[in-house]
Amino acid sequence: MPEELRKTALHDACIAAGAKMATFAGWSLPLHFGSQIAEHRAVRAAAGLFDVSHMAIFDLDGPGALPLLRRVLTGDVARLANEGQALYTLMLNQSAGIIDDLLAYRQGHGYRLVANAANRQAVGGWLKDRAGPDTTLTERNLAMLALQGPQALELFEDAYGAGTDRLKPFHAMTLGDWMLARTGYTGEAGLEIMLPNADAPGLWSRLVAAGAAPAGLGARDTLRLEAGLKLHGQDMDADTTPLQAGLRWTLHWQPEERDFIGREALAKQAAEGAPTQLFGLVLEGRGVLRGGQRVLTDQGEGVVTSGIFSPTLGYSIAFARLPSNASGPAEVLIRGKRQGASLVRPPFVRRGQPAFKTI
Amino acid sequence: MSDTPDDLRYASTHEWARLDDGGVVVGISDYAQDALGDVVYVELPEVGQEVQAGEEIAVVESVKAASDIYAPVGGVVEAINEALDDGPEIVNQDPYGDGWFFQITPDDETQLEELLDAEAYAEQCAAEQH
Repeated sequence: MPEELRKTALHDACIAAGAKMATFAGWSLPLHFGSQIAEHRAVRAAAGLFDVSHMAIFDLDGPGALPLLRRVLTGDVARLANEGQALYTLMLNQSAGIIDDLLAYRQGHGYRLVANAANRQAVGGWLKDRAGPDTTLTERNLAMLALQGPQALELFEDAYGAGTDRLKPFHAMTLGDWMLARTGYTGEAGLEIMLPNADAPGLWSRLVAAGAAPAGLGARDTLRLEAGLKLHGQDMDADTTPLQAGLRWTLHWQPEERDFIGREALAKQAAEGAPTQLFGLVLEGRGVLRGGQRVLTDQGEGVVTSGIFSPTLGYSIAFARLPSNASGPAEVLIRGKRQGASLVRPPFVRRGQPAFKTI
Repeated sequence: MSDTPDDLRYASTHEWARLDDGGVVVGISDYAQDALGDVVYVELPEVGQEVQAGEEIAVVESVKAASDIYAPVGGVVEAINEALDDGPEIVNQDPYGDGWFFQITPDDETQLEELLDAEAYAEQCAAEQH
């Protein structure tokens, strides 16, 4: 028997808004609400609203929480000086393979981690196996909405007047039992809001009435790729290290005595050099780059890890895993034909404009 | 429910065909455009190209996937819809009108009769959805 699909608190609201649903990590979620490209453009130009309640949320409390997180995350949560401050970070295995990428928030009490839905068990299990009796680990069943776009904060403030427009990026505040964070996965300004399931439909309908465009997973994927943000399971996984996924910047090597899991393997690979790297690709002709396509360079072969047609740029872009020394022109095998592509340094789009640099 | 006009014939691979002044105009069905999502690129055959019924002669790329388009009848490609080059979204907006793909001068018009009628095609789509 197939396992029953999980539904979010916004399932009915999404269906009523015309959502075409898709299955993702065991959840029924909106893929689009009519046009994925129109939703993408709404987020770049104004504000879009995503149901991301499938994300896994863990709260850690007690005196053991800080030492545990300093051990299992590549970023040092001790650097989170203030309540509400957030950090994009990674959880690695002993070989420095990426178990997941996540956001860590310092809360009034303890810490909150937001992990990918597909890695709920992997992350939860990793934490549980290492948490001592002085750490309380709780998986929270909350709804989560992402309101994203240049008008997102203004729109939220007009409706709720909470003061989120004074929040700095990667900082969160509370509003009653809601958590409002200036984070996201689109490259735009905006909020991610974690709240009790019972409150979610009311928030959804109020923001949609105020002009936020319902947006689905399809637009979320094209927005994140344009912004140069990687997706776990495609652009990185438990067999790739941060050095191979363009995520060296997330590693906090200082203080040296912080022995986070994967550190030793990373230090070794950093000294020897990683065999592959994640590159940006821009397709020169027509067509669409998609995950799994072979990439040929003078320095060897690689593979597209995720590719899209970029609605902002009007052509196809991708991430590809290639030999670290790859440079110059590349070719991609698309449906058996070789097509020219350029190697570039992401992000592809910033503030609605092309932002990549050719390598 | 998707729209399946009665005056067209359909291939099981989701192309529609309409006999129009001796030529067979071909596009993809409303069901197909809806399943594909936003169309971002259409690779069309060459004018003058000889094609066999059932031959892959075009590709439609959507936000979701690339799909082959098959010639519903054999013959010679007489015209292609160049408007799709700059406006692939027309396929979503008007699949049976301005969103046509190409026109074939058929070797034999009776080949159209081998395609599905609207009722049979609608039944196939309903079955695919379940």
